[in-house]
Amino acid sequence: MINKKVNNVEEALIGVSNNMTFMLGGFGLCGIPENAIAELVRRGVKNVTCISNNAGIDGFGLGLLLQNKQIKKMISSYVGENDEFERQMLSGELEVELTPQGTLAEKCRAAQAGFPAFYTPAGYGTEVAEGKETRNFEGKMHVLEMAYKADFAFVKAWKGDAAGNLIFKGTARNFNPLMCGAATITVAEVEELVPLGVLDPNQIHTPGIFVQRIFQGEKFEKRIEQRTVRSRS
Amino acid sequence: MLDKNGIAKRIAKEVQDGFYVNLGIGIPTLVANFVRDDIDVEFQSENGVLGMGPFPFEGEEDADIINAGKQTITSLPGASFFDSATSFAMIRGKHVHLTILGAMEVSENGDIANWKIPGKMVKGMGGAMDLVASAETIIVAMMHTNKRGESKLLKKCSLPLTGVGCVTKVVTNLAVLEIKNNQFYLLERAPGVSVEEIKKATEGTLVVKGYIPEMEL
Repeated sequence: MINKKVNNVEEALIGVSNNMTFMLGGFGLCGIPENAIAELVRRGVKNVTCISNNAGIDGFGLGLLLQNKQIKKMISSYVGENDEFERQMLSGELEVELTPQGTLAEKCRAAQAGFPAFYTPAGYGTEVAEGKETRNFEGKMHVLEMAYKADFAFVKAWKGDAAGNLIFKGTARNFNPLMCGAATITVAEVEELVPLGVLDPNQIHTPGIFVQRIFQGEKFEKRIEQRTVRSRS
Repeated sequence: MLDKNGIAKRIAKEVQDGFYVNLGIGIPTLVANFVRDDIDVEFQSENGVLGMGPFPFEGEEDADIINAGKQTITSLPGASFFDSATSFAMIRGKHVHLTILGAMEVSENGDIANWKIPGKMVKGMGGAMDLVASAETIIVAMMHTNKRGESKLLKKCSLPLTGVGCVTKVVTNLAVLEIKNNQFYLLERAPGVSVEEIKKATEGTLVVKGYIPEMEL
């Protein structure tokens, strides 16, 4: 077993510095690396590029980094529900690159899997395809999209072990497994770091080879963005 | 004339036994409420769930189980969770049979615009571009005209496009229309709505062939 375990979030983020590109897992506030984000805020790294499907909300998730003006550029598919984001984008302080969600997922996976680029039909004929190579396959037009490059990937899983194996829960899986191994260093924070041998090898979602550092998060707030319920009657 | 629930109710009739269906945010979400319960259908949400169920009972919300609208949901027996690449493989690979989504504009050649109004805050396309570029069948749920009474069924979209030549059917508060040969074909009228009213509200080329029945809801 190659040991990936680090003691805490401070140790997990060693080497993080200004001007880097980060990948951050999560969909909305679901499955976001809360502990890594808190540590990025504490360290005050500036001028960073963040690849993340969303940009958090005011006061939580990536919204915390935005509030501190630590982000230079956001690469996302959807960035609503965030007033500070809107203000910085409209004032030109923040650069924003909007990417179709499936393309964003695949650009992470391509980086993980060693593909430099791929063709997708998404965005053909729209402004997303401007300046990009296009090609006809079997009568349908496709756009050439490049794999992402990043310095750190911060992901959140439900359970993990010291070998770096990960299991996700529910829709908190989303972009997290795709970002593992897609950056130079992948840092996984888990709700439960269990002893080796406890996780069934048949049930592992992300094998430890894709993870360089793993730690148990000190706390997970797991905020709900839209609490919708039905009545019992 | 139909309200939002009426549009959803009419679209629900397009959902067939054995279909995997992706529902967009807004009117499309309401479609799930009207699908016949004697057929087997699974709803996919692109953030990573197939076999989506209703909202949870109060006190049973789980922050780790949400839909693409970020609402807390439940999963039904037989459901599965997966990553975002797998989710869009289901969509891009045409394994999802039917996509229902809203639009700001649709044109007579099947172009759709639903993600950006220049000069206003741009929130992003989310999964809409992937969905419209690949879906086997796309039904657009929308109001026939905007708040100023201007047609949203156009010769050419004026807003930035989400996808080109991809919409095959549109259900509005006034009518059901099919898009083919670069024209809108009127199939059905909403209850109490005349062909004349639909013609007046449609800027794109409208083909009216023979008797146009009223929708059955």
